Amino acid sequence: MLAVQQLKRVFKGGSAGFRNLHFTVQESEIIGILGTSGCGKSTLLRVLAGLDQNFTGKLKNKDKDGKQPGMMFQEPRLMPWLTVKENIGFGVKDGAGKEVEIQQFIDLVGLTGFENHYPKDLSGGMAQRTAIARALITDPSVLLLDEPFSALDAFTKMQLQDLLLSLWEKRKTTMVLVTHDIDEALYLCDRIFVLKGQPGEQYAELILDDIKKPRQRGSHELAERKSNILNLLDLSRQEAN
Amino acid sequence: MASKTELWQSRASEKKKELLRPLLKERLQGSWLGLIIPMILLISWEIASVRGVFEAHLLPAPTVVLAKISEMAADGSLWSHIWITLYRVFIGFVIGTASAVVIGSFVGYWKLAENLLDSLVQAFRSIPSLAWVPLFILWMGIGEPSKIVLIAVGVFFPVYLNIVAGIQGVDRKLIEVGKIYQFSSLQIVRRIILPSALPSFITGIRSGLGVGWMFVVAAELMGASEGLGYLLVEGQNTYAPDVVIASILLFALLGKGSDSVLKLVETKALHYQDTLANQG
Repeated sequence: MLAVQQLKRVFKGGSAGFRNLHFTVQESEIIGILGTSGCGKSTLLRVLAGLDQNFTGKLKNKDKDGKQPGMMFQEPRLMPWLTVKENIGFGVKDGAGKEVEIQQFIDLVGLTGFENHYPKDLSGGMAQRTAIARALITDPSVLLLDEPFSALDAFTKMQLQDLLLSLWEKRKTTMVLVTHDIDEALYLCDRIFVLKGQPGEQYAELILDDIKKPRQRGSHELAERKSNILNLLDLSRQEAN
Repeated sequence: MASKTELWQSRASEKKKELLRPLLKERLQGSWLGLIIPMILLISWEIASVRGVFEAHLLPAPTVVLAKISEMAADGSLWSHIWITLYRVFIGFVIGTASAVVIGSFVGYWKLAENLLDSLVQAFRSIPSLAWVPLFILWMGIGEPSKIVLIAVGVFFPVYLNIVAGIQGVDRKLIEVGKIYQFSSLQIVRRIILPSALPSFITGIRSGLGVGWMFVVAAELMGASEGLGYLLVEGQNTYAPDVVIASILLFALLGKGSDSVLKLVETKALHYQDTLANQG
């Protein structure tokens, strides 16, 4: 599926990026990558997506058809000159059934009625829904998400996290989610990797597949894991430095 | 979720209906408003001329100018003057724009082409374009080719500058989206770079057209037997200010008219932009 060995990408004289990463992602898993800012989370995702080729180590990111992972960015990155419908179909090859498929995805992400709107007329949440549909419609075997909800307000964020989970229930797409939101990682992920340091290294791995999804936000179980992660990240000491 | 979407939907369609009508009305009102001051000026000019404030052999009344225009329209000479001037501007504009698009696209997209060509183009740009006139006449005579080439040279630079700026200003983040879909370079150019650069391309052709009208006058002053610029020379030589003013008036109308066409294209093509001009 997606596997890395000894993966390293550093820049700024070795003080930024990440190194020594080893992990394998299983099919239909949701992996979370957590870490404080500057530990190379986004760089890792760019390498996994094939946008950054200057890495060393082994990277397997193509599926058996040679297809690269799909990606969703922090900003929606919609083409301003295309409507919602055209944006969703942006990466789809023309052919019979394209329109039908686009409409299915519009309904799936709850944008029915907004097919012909332009990005300037969309709210942040709606734009990110469009971006989710655009990323999933090409049916990538892995979807990479780079802090996809960090620019949204708390309520929209929760709605979209639920939308992402419901899409995952339907399609079982493998996902790698980079985030700095511990609650988000705990709510969505089966496994969480904690990165730490500059450049970032794999510091800990948390396995959460014993807690069934959909999970209860703010439940005792999650709170326990959260304090666990906070201890791991050791925020107080880092601030003192 | 469903009920919320419905709510959005109904609100959106309501909003659309609300917006459409006043918008149309506003547009019309807007264009009428633009006529008020020119009309006041024309009427005061007429009154002043009739009262003898302006001397008729220097500044004839607007009615005299209009009479001259309709006289030329009646004997048919007006149409051939307008036609030849329009033809020169159009051909020069097309040639200038086309070459600017080709060279500008290379320079904007390809770093090597920028290093090779851009400083040369910038050096040529700093030559006042009228300085070419003697050379063009020497090379091509005073026929159509020298005039059209002069206009094309004038049109080239604003279009070129805007295309290069437009392409170089394309958001890297949008290009990355294309890379995620494993687009080829050609697909990235066609589906992301060109549409992104469209607004500045349109700005470029609008200013290019303006320059084209300036240069057609220069070209026709340097020797022509027909055209609105020739009417200027003829009016000067025959002491006929009404002909000169008629020609200036026609330049104003044609220039404004052709720019309005491009502006219409601009509004149609760029309606998706979230700008002050597109504010509902």
